Amino acid sequence: MGMGQKAGSPQYFNEMYDGAAVRPPYQGLEAWARDMPVDLRTLKQGEAEALFRRIGITFAVYGEGGDPDRLIPFDMFPRVFAADEWRKLDRGVKQRARALNAFLADVYGRGEIIRAGRVPAHLVYRNEAYEKAVVGIKPPKGVYSHIVGIDLVRTGPGEFFVLEDNCRTPSGVSYMLENREIMMRMFPQLFRENRIAPVETYPALLRRTLSSVAPAKCDTPPRVVILTPGHYNSAYYEHSFLADMMGVELVEAQDLFVEGDFVWMRTTEGPQRVDVIYRRIDDAFIDPLCFRPDSMLGVPGLMNVYRSGGVALASAPGAGVADDKAIYTFVPEMIRFYLGEEPVLQNVPTWQCARPDDCAHVIANLADLVVKEVHGSGGYGMLVGPRSTKEQIAAFADKIREKPWNYIAQPTLALSTCPTFVEEGVAPRHVDLRPYCLVGEEVQLVPGGLTRVALTEGSLVVNSSQGGGVKDTWVLAE
Amino acid sequence: MRLTVSHETTYRFDPPMRGVVQSLRMTPSVCENQQVLAWAVAAEGAERGAGFRDGAGDWVETITHIGPVDALSVSVTGEVETIDTGGVLKGHRERMPPAAYLEPTRATAPDRALETLARDTVAGIDVGDVLARAHALCDGIEAAIRYTPGQTEHGTTAAEALALGHGVCQDHAHAMIACASVLDIPARYVTGYLFASEEAGGHEASHAWAELFVPDLGWVGFDASNGVCPDGRYIRIGSGADAQEAAPIRGIAQGAGTEALEARVQVDRAAQSQSQSQA
Amino acid sequence: MLSRTAANLFWIGRNIERAETVARLLEVGARNALIPNIGGGFRNEWDAVLQAAGKAEAFKAKYDEPVQRNIESFLFFDQDNPASVASCVEAARENGRIVRTALTGQLWDALNTGYQEMRELKRTERSKLSLSDLTDWTKRHAALVRGAIEDTQLRNDGYDFLYLGFALERGDATARMLDVKYFTLLPEVGYVGSGIDNYQWSTLLRALSSNRSFNWAYGGEVSPGKIVDFLILNRKSPRAIITSAEEAMDHLDRLARGYGRSTEAQTRCRALVGELCELTVSDIFDEGLHEFLTRTINEVAALSDLIHGIYLSGDTR
Repeated sequence: MGMGQKAGSPQYFNEMYDGAAVRPPYQGLEAWARDMPVDLRTLKQGEAEALFRRIGITFAVYGEGGDPDRLIPFDMFPRVFAADEWRKLDRGVKQRARALNAFLADVYGRGEIIRAGRVPAHLVYRNEAYEKAVVGIKPPKGVYSHIVGIDLVRTGPGEFFVLEDNCRTPSGVSYMLENREIMMRMFPQLFRENRIAPVETYPALLRRTLSSVAPAKCDTPPRVVILTPGHYNSAYYEHSFLADMMGVELVEAQDLFVEGDFVWMRTTEGPQRVDVIYRRIDDAFIDPLCFRPDSMLGVPGLMNVYRSGGVALASAPGAGVADDKAIYTFVPEMIRFYLGEEPVLQNVPTWQCARPDDCAHVIANLADLVVKEVHGSGGYGMLVGPRSTKEQIAAFADKIREKPWNYIAQPTLALSTCPTFVEEGVAPRHVDLRPYCLVGEEVQLVPGGLTRVALTEGSLVVNSSQGGGVKDTWVLAE
Repeated sequence: MRLTVSHETTYRFDPPMRGVVQSLRMTPSVCENQQVLAWAVAAEGAERGAGFRDGAGDWVETITHIGPVDALSVSVTGEVETIDTGGVLKGHRERMPPAAYLEPTRATAPDRALETLARDTVAGIDVGDVLARAHALCDGIEAAIRYTPGQTEHGTTAAEALALGHGVCQDHAHAMIACASVLDIPARYVTGYLFASEEAGGHEASHAWAELFVPDLGWVGFDASNGVCPDGRYIRIGSGADAQEAAPIRGIAQGAGTEALEARVQVDRAAQSQSQSQA
Repeated sequence: MLSRTAANLFWIGRNIERAETVARLLEVGARNALIPNIGGGFRNEWDAVLQAAGKAEAFKAKYDEPVQRNIESFLFFDQDNPASVASCVEAARENGRIVRTALTGQLWDALNTGYQEMRELKRTERSKLSLSDLTDWTKRHAALVRGAIEDTQLRNDGYDFLYLGFALERGDATARMLDVKYFTLLPEVGYVGSGIDNYQWSTLLRALSSNRSFNWAYGGEVSPGKIVDFLILNRKSPRAIITSAEEAMDHLDRLARGYGRSTEAQTRCRALVGELCELTVSDIFDEGLHEFLTRTINEVAALSDLIHGIYLSGDTR
């Protein structure tokens, strides 16, 4: 079988094989994969797909059209971290989440990091995501970003790089939970034989985190709700899944209204006060009285209640200023400035095309670089130099020259590979990782995350919108 | 100067609305330019709440009307003692970084004409002399956009007003902000009241102007409609990036009804009286 | 419970019941089309089906001839007809998707499977589908949904809203079908008591799946009086108006107990049930069947409005 192609290309770190030897965290999986008959594998793959389809976990890509009920491909081969590897990630992710929150508190407060000259003022104050409406407002417990998703890649045994931070409403956590659920259902013996740390505590931790940031005015057990744009949204499944797992109401803007000092929910028994809103809608659609007046979406007056301390919003409006790709460069600086620590996780070296020197370097070296839009997401509008034709590179260079400030560039990273089931058997495919860090009274991280895998051979793009799949992510217990 | 204000805004809905929510920014700024002797905002029948001071130092509060609502009236009465500071906003506590006022909005986005106007107007004035540049802009805009009521409307942008060559205080303030942004000077929209004697030419008593940030002085007001910096005749209420953000009343009514608005503003001096109404 | 959740549950009930009613009408039409046209001036049976479904105008606006194929398209498949079986089945699934967390896995499965199967049906070549395949499928789907509710849903307020939807829709459908029979199917007073008349009454019973139950209860002889008794006043009949009204009453009472407050909806429903309890067949004929039914249809609509205003709109204080 395809286990022969063990290590794959030597320039990439293979998470399972060190030459011919199996690295310790994967030892429990070698025999399992080797001994699985092809027909059983096909059967299990079909079973997994049926389970996903049945629970309704599907994925729709904005603006791509096509089948809204499309499934994200699930690969059954788990991605594994040893306990000591995870300890480092755990420290690094929490450190970053704390620093990002400190940065937000600062730029909406006194702006010390800007006065100290460590971050340029214009990158913050002229940033699209900077919300003047929250300047001088102290959110409950001083937390702005309550769920921080950190996108990581690995390039060697101890080398992890942060690709990007997500401080608004990182999605995908339902896959982390469902992937585990389905693996446990299909391969219970794997969980008996390996000591895998549980992730199913996440919804309870999320609920506790959200309750912990209830406003001071809330004198009863806080009522938490999830605010969704509605059932047409591509992440609606995740919204309803999380509401269900946390045991909280899933509301749309039309279910909420403002009266007096508070926000209320329309129920069959009359209005009920809402204390914490985990909102999965963009800032622009929260409150037409504050942001987009042309929008009939949103809850009129919500921002006034928030700013007067009557309700908590997770994440805080304006939290996006911390996860901007231009601000990203300064996160290591934030860690030193606010926490007085050295960053545990490295940033990918980044060139800002807004700087003329950087821009010249980028255009001269496009064939070796990955170029991204500063405000882009989802793998759109990016150029992967080594995988592009001369024509594509030339066309992209023109785009950069036209709007240099709109782009940043990074070296093409040698993303690690993880064994993945493919047509011919098992083969190495590139992976990344998104852990979900919770920030409330405490900073917490469940041992796991969402591993995305580029299913096409050689591809480095793991986005689900571009042919990526997902895997269960294991952290072995100490 | 001691001024009294009486300002009543009435909304009528037909058919009645399911509910109305409004965010009010109608309380005078706390600063050395003015001392509030008495001030009351009233909205009969509405639930009031969610009051707070925002990052720019404005007092904001919320009123809600649970329907059916066929009419809603917000009235302001008060008395304020003002002093002339030459337009400089003094002793005003706020947290907003001036640099946050450099990004234009839809209403204040400069087009070619505004860019040209800005650059031509300050030609020859040292980049470091922001105050002189600001005064020049104020004069330039007063000349380029003639004060003419009824030519522009609420949604008119700075670029449109300049192209038209006519406008009211809102258009002048927007144009000031747009030109300031061309020159990288932080600028914002300010709302308030103006006491104008009959012979001074019938400006609305409910007024608006621009503030530009001048290093060492701080925020300085410029009223291009009258070609002056705000003095003792001005009462400052609130600010924002443009007219919409700074609006004294931002509201939403839920329902299919049509809305009719009527406003009466009267600003008097302790002894004599001056009044106007606008619809 | 969120008012929007309650509203969607209520509409799951209404939509499923409506899909079934339309399927039953189609079944009746198909059956009648097999009987030779014996009454002069007697209208096309398919026309009658459209009248009963309250869709004669909408049909004419889009199709030419009231022939079986067009009627099938319109009443079963047509996306533009909000009362077609397909529209109702899809709407019920959408209602379910919106309130996914308020449904058990089985109920969601039943709604979702019905939706997936409907997509299959739409893709199937029409010549391969007989009308009875379509109507049997619809009744089976409705039964599956009801079974899933009955077997698995928590007996909370959501359960009551589901059943209120079923009960009001059914009460309304029975009243409308009776009324249409009386006014539309029968063109002239001279036909009353004739063979055609009796034939049509039994058709109506068939449409309400009540043909055999009626025979058991009344010994076979069809008369307008017996039918009116059976479809309006007899609690043994699952589709009698009184049965639906009492079911609605039960669920409204449960809501009032659970919420600790009784509203105008309970009062109004109680008055309706009370009136139906006291009525006799001759009272109804004295008032005039059409007048009585019109009044009842309005009463059910008023009750539905009250339920909407009090529980579903979210405007309750």
